[in-house]
Amino acid sequence: MSEVRALIVDDSSVMRKIVERALRQAGLESLVVFEAGNGNEGLDVLKARAVDLILSDINMPAMDGLEFLRQIRLQKLAPDVPVVMITTETSAEHVRQAIEAGAQGYIRKPFTAEQVKERVLSLLRVA
Amino acid sequence: MGSSLRESVNLVSDPENLDASVEEVFRMMLGVECERTEQGRSAAGQAELESVTAVVGFGGMLSGACVFRSGASVAMKVAAKMTGMQFNEVDDTVKDGIGEICNMLAGTWKGKVPGLAAHCGLSVPAIITGRDYNLHVQAPEFQLEHTYKFDDAFFAVTIVCDSLQ
Repeated sequence: MSEVRALIVDDSSVMRKIVERALRQAGLESLVVFEAGNGNEGLDVLKARAVDLILSDINMPAMDGLEFLRQIRLQKLAPDVPVVMITTETSAEHVRQAIEAGAQGYIRKPFTAEQVKERVLSLLRVA
Repeated sequence: MGSSLRESVNLVSDPENLDASVEEVFRMMLGVECERTEQGRSAAGQAELESVTAVVGFGGMLSGACVFRSGASVAMKVAAKMTGMQFNEVDDTVKDGIGEICNMLAGTWKGKVPGLAAHCGLSVPAIITGRDYNLHVQAPEFQLEHTYKFDDAFFAVTIVCDSLQ
């Protein structure tokens, strides 16, 4: 697979590193990672960089993941870029809200690297 | 489940849900098998000079908190398993990792009770370091406090519920 530029948005730097490691284990060796600690920072990255994939937490200070998704679509910052939510919030209502806001994938924390691989590779093939 | 969790308090306070949540989070995120132990809180780091406590609050139909507590050495071991890094002190990365563990424990636990996941929000984690303090809630609806171990590392997880709708 050619170079993949991924934006990982999570208020936990440890979780960002774990997600990055899972992406590398998924075979995305030519991986360029941009990190953001909340939705506002994520929007700033998208205004400056082109990305192929966005992975975002939901519960974050300043701007949560659902509002981040809505702003991406509203501001047309990353059209056609797949977004995967990685979150502890797993109710059907949260999944529905994420899909309505524009998410294509949903991974529940805790997760395995295999789950990340499966979800991300299928989305990148489609994209 | 109906509109009231109070009618299902036995289900909400089922201690097996907490055990299953701890086992799931530690197996998936650290790659270790955890087991509940009957050893008391002293085994979970209370005897150490420094302990690390993470608190994630519940709000909504259930109000309360999920609390993770361990000694500093176990906190560093947990963070090392999560990140692949080594730690000599409880730095910001260790605190961040312990906060995330507590966040996942809280989320997994509430996800095991039908009707609770959608109607109970989680706060961002708060971290407390130090020693000689106690968690006290006036007349809780229920409180679960279990001690667990993996390898030779002990830690405690508490679910305290102060109100239930």
